[in-house]
Amino acid sequence: MLKFVVRRLLQMVFVFFGATILLFSALFLFGNPADNLSGSGRRPPANVVRELEAKYGLDKPIVVQYYKYVEGLVVRFDLGVSYRQNTRPVSEILPGKLAITSKLAIFAIAIEILVGLGVGIISAVYKYSFLDIIVTIFTTATIGVPVFVTAFLLQEVFAFWLHWLPAYRLDSGFVSYILPAIALASVDTALVARLTRGSMLEVMRADFVRTALAKGVSRKAVIFKHVLRNSIIPVVTYIGISFGTLLGGALITENVFQLPGLGQALVIAIQSNDNPVIMGIVIYGVLIFALVSLVVDLLYAVLDPRVRLQ
Amino acid sequence: MSDLEPSTGGASLTGDDSASLNSAGASAVAAAFGTVSATGQWRDIRRRFVRNPLAVIGLILVVALVLVAILAPFISPYAPRHQDLLNTDAAPSWKHLFGTDVVGRDQFTRVLYGTRIALIVGLASILLASVLGVFLGAVAGYFGRFWDSLIMRICDIFIAFPLLVGAIVVITVAGQGVLPVIIALAIFGWSVVARLLRGSILSVREADYVEAALSLGASRWRIVTRHILPNSFAPVLIYAAFSVGSAVVAESALSFLGVGVKPDVPEWGNMIAAGQSSFDTQPWLTLFPSGAVVLTTLAFVFIGDGLRDALDPKLR
Repeated sequence: MLKFVVRRLLQMVFVFFGATILLFSALFLFGNPADNLSGSGRRPPANVVRELEAKYGLDKPIVVQYYKYVEGLVVRFDLGVSYRQNTRPVSEILPGKLAITSKLAIFAIAIEILVGLGVGIISAVYKYSFLDIIVTIFTTATIGVPVFVTAFLLQEVFAFWLHWLPAYRLDSGFVSYILPAIALASVDTALVARLTRGSMLEVMRADFVRTALAKGVSRKAVIFKHVLRNSIIPVVTYIGISFGTLLGGALITENVFQLPGLGQALVIAIQSNDNPVIMGIVIYGVLIFALVSLVVDLLYAVLDPRVRLQ
Repeated sequence: MSDLEPSTGGASLTGDDSASLNSAGASAVAAAFGTVSATGQWRDIRRRFVRNPLAVIGLILVVALVLVAILAPFISPYAPRHQDLLNTDAAPSWKHLFGTDVVGRDQFTRVLYGTRIALIVGLASILLASVLGVFLGAVAGYFGRFWDSLIMRICDIFIAFPLLVGAIVVITVAGQGVLPVIIALAIFGWSVVARLLRGSILSVREADYVEAALSLGASRWRIVTRHILPNSFAPVLIYAAFSVGSAVVAESALSFLGVGVKPDVPEWGNMIAAGQSSFDTQPWLTLFPSGAVVLTTLAFVFIGDGLRDALDPKLR
């Protein structure tokens, strides 16, 4: 177990370096940040470019730039300074935005687990009933609707027409997260429901389920203790993977609902060529995703004692 | 050539060098699936596919979309960029089925032409991702050891990027347009294909019929191309079918955010973004292109579902 965690952490270090090198060379080698540094959209005069390059250390070879960046990050958790926003340090800008995106993501995951798992269990238990058919039609249709369409339809109906919930920003605190989180979770919730149903139906045919029923265990106990426990692993895996798509989906929901989280900051940073902010946000995303995958792997061992981590 | 099988199935049913050794496996498969003739693997898969009504609907939808994409100029009397400034913001009518936008462009025509971008980006990006992924996954799965670790660690790096985030970074560097979007989606799509193929090769490689072929003196190339690849292909095919739908969604999402194809291109995400602000007075501006995205995505989801059930009957 400990050996497994150590090995996975070493892998994460490798992924971290690979991802940052990839990103760094894409942004700083081909991106020509100095051209856009003046913010006017036009290339400033040569002497101004040189001055700006010197100011941000862009005149040094790319390898040196990368080394300095990683050194700052590892030693002082310093992510450089923003080219916009009056050279504020990136590590000061991002935590507040991370908090907003995290709340949104946790809310969405909670919906995925509660609604997705719940609906999946119900339609597996009452398979081929009218309810199951309705659920199947609804989940299948939901899978086809992209997050940005769901987001603006929810906003239109529940905020602008019915005035039940706020349409923009976070002025009303907690309730402001409800619509964005539902939009963000929609597709994955439907997928979790389908996956849970399919996985449970498969396990229900297993011999040990028949044995349990035959020796007189109640149907309820069989479903929750035998079937659910044995069919939940693919669901857990999927929810872990969906965390990556959630970070991408947050990009869209935060822009539709104007939430000042990492997703909105990323789009703004890309439009204004603010490379250090882009790097910072993507590094956050990669690290969070890696940590979540590690947790999912550890959960396997808890859920299925047959799984040996090595 | 008809030896694509469910990965859980047993033997190659054609008259190649392993058939005689696997007759027991073949009859077991035949017994499990009902009546199967000696050459019926593909036919069997096809039969299971066409018996699934949703899969057939998906297939018909995709064929219809392809026809619409090709025949768009003949279906609509308008050009997608033609501006009729005397007839702007028109509601749907027989003359303009989906209404006109703020500069009087016929929305029906633009939705039709949008099919082209959606299908080109969806199919091309997944094809590119699959070719890359199959090659690298096959190398990793078959050669193992050093190549396996190297390729899988590179996979880890690419999987670590959320698709949209990675794609946006590529587009920032490469510029907006159809080709950059295709490349961006392929760069962050191949790693899943490679992982899937590697995983199923690892299990197929140990199968008895591979050992049988080896002991009969089949060459390495023959074993890989005739036995291992066809038998481990099912998960890749299923994943690719689903992914075309996701790629269409990702492409329209990128355009919706303003970083996909150029804003004047008739493309669904662009149209949705443009119509969004006037939704309460002209909902048709957003609803028709949204419907087009949903229809296209569902078509590929249905095909994916149908393929999964047809290729792997155990999963039903």
